[in-house]
Amino acid sequence: MLIYAAQRVGLALAICIVAMVMLFGATRLLPGDLATIMLGPRATPERVARLNEEMGLDRPLPVQIALFIGNAVQGDLGTDPLTERKVAVIIMENLPDTLILVATALGWSFLLGIPLGCFSAIRRNSFVDKFTGVLSVGTISLPSFVVGIYVALIFAVQLRLLPMRGAGESGQIGNQIAHLIMPSFAVGLGWVGYLARIVRASMLEVMGENHIRTARAFGLPESRVVSRYALRIAILPTLTLLALAIGGLLSSTVFAENIFVRPGLGSLIVNSAKLRNYPVLQSSVLVAVGIYISATIVTDMIVAWLDPRVRTAV
Amino acid sequence: MSAPPSEIAIGPPIAPLPAVSGGRLLRRVRSDPLGLLGLALVALVVFCGLFADWIAPYDPFKINVPAMFSAPSAAHIMGTDNLGRDIFSRILKGSQIALVVGVSSILISQVIGLALGLIAGYGPRWLDNALILVFDAVYSFPTVVLGAVLMAIVGASVHTLMFVVVVIQTPAYARLVRTATLAKKNSDFVLAERSLGAGPVRILVRHILPNIVGPLFIIGSMDIPAVITLEAGLTYLGLGLPPPAPSWGRILEEGYRFIRDAPWIVVAGGIPLIVTTLGFTFLGESLRDLLDPKLRRIV
Repeated sequence: MLIYAAQRVGLALAICIVAMVMLFGATRLLPGDLATIMLGPRATPERVARLNEEMGLDRPLPVQIALFIGNAVQGDLGTDPLTERKVAVIIMENLPDTLILVATALGWSFLLGIPLGCFSAIRRNSFVDKFTGVLSVGTISLPSFVVGIYVALIFAVQLRLLPMRGAGESGQIGNQIAHLIMPSFAVGLGWVGYLARIVRASMLEVMGENHIRTARAFGLPESRVVSRYALRIAILPTLTLLALAIGGLLSSTVFAENIFVRPGLGSLIVNSAKLRNYPVLQSSVLVAVGIYISATIVTDMIVAWLDPRVRTAV
Repeated sequence: MSAPPSEIAIGPPIAPLPAVSGGRLLRRVRSDPLGLLGLALVALVVFCGLFADWIAPYDPFKINVPAMFSAPSAAHIMGTDNLGRDIFSRILKGSQIALVVGVSSILISQVIGLALGLIAGYGPRWLDNALILVFDAVYSFPTVVLGAVLMAIVGASVHTLMFVVVVIQTPAYARLVRTATLAKKNSDFVLAERSLGAGPVRILVRHILPNIVGPLFIIGSMDIPAVITLEAGLTYLGLGLPPPAPSWGRILEEGYRFIRDAPWIVVAGGIPLIVTTLGFTFLGESLRDLLDPKLRRIV
């Protein structure tokens, strides 16, 4: 298990470094001088030179990459040249809003998706099953930004039930929750269908296995067979999915944050990309990639812990 | 025994590709009502894309200030936007953009992915590992984030947008082809061919490629809605096609600014995206059951 864990973490670090090298290389392929682009055409040469030096752009590329990675490991992500604030501080201000949004979206889609999938599997070919089937296929592919805009139109503009902009006043829990409803609906909707579908498929497989027949033969009530013996195993595939989900969820939070004018990692990335603010962009992308890769490692570990075949195969 | 790092790589597990014939696909779609609905929706979108210039009642770029913010009516069935442009005409034109960007960038990434996948699958181990590491690194960027970064670097244009899609899609196809190549590499017919003295190029082109192209093509067509969504999404964020291109994302973005005064713009802008994604997904769903017999058995 330890060797397996070390291998996975090592590989993840390698992927992180390759990703950063690619990001760095790409930003430096840009024609023209970064500092001039950021400061505008009227900047004085001294100001440009100072910014170049501040951002370390006067050094060779490999040195820049090594410095960036070395500093990032120590928690120093550099300074935002536009506001002169620490990038790490800016990211820490924005990250909680994104994490809360991801957690809420995942939470409600699990709470709804798993029972739906479970019920569809038990009552196979019933109305609920067929309805869930069509609903899952339909919602999985629906673009989350279209969902977000439509709910904003209905619940904020027309019905005036929910607040449309921002993340709410800090300290006022009720207000913050009201601000979370529409974004987390938009981000989570596709996952309800997806989870329902996966749980249904794996439930159908598990329900045919010997230990379920044994449990039934012992005369256990069906509800107990389902909840204690079938669902526990059938939920496992959704765990593996969770890691892959994080990448997709981060993408849809970018839209949700944009539509509902919420602060967060997604807004930070899009805004710094538009301003070509590379120090902030690089670091926030590094954090996004880091979240995704750590999620994959954690789920790999959980799966390896639950299923010994995975770790002995390596 | 220790496995190569490629076997424990990040990314979804990929099953080997089964063989598919065109006739079976068509029969399958015909017997499935949702598949048929999907086919009809896809046909509608393709029809709009092909004949947009003839069907459109107005010039999608023509600014008509006196008619701005007209609600849907007989003259403008989906209303007009802030510049008085006919939204229905813009949406028709937008289907052209969506399809051209979607189909052509998928084809390009398939060609590149095919080449890289064959190299990774058939080439030396170190090259395979290096390529897989690069694929995984690209894969570890959330799609929209990678798109945003590339758009910021290269600037917004149709070519950049296609470049972004190619960068995002290529690793997926390359991994698929690699897995298929690895599976075929040591099969008896390839060994027989090799023992007769055939070089790697002949083996790859004559024997491995034909086994991969069909399924790859179908999987690519299932990616079309995702790519169209990505195009519209990046444009919506202001990172995609620059105005005045009537991309569906642009129509949504412009409409969202006037959502209180002219809600019909966003409603109209969302419909083609919903129709397209539903159409392709229903169609792809009924094709996928055929591609993946294990899934067909369970579901």
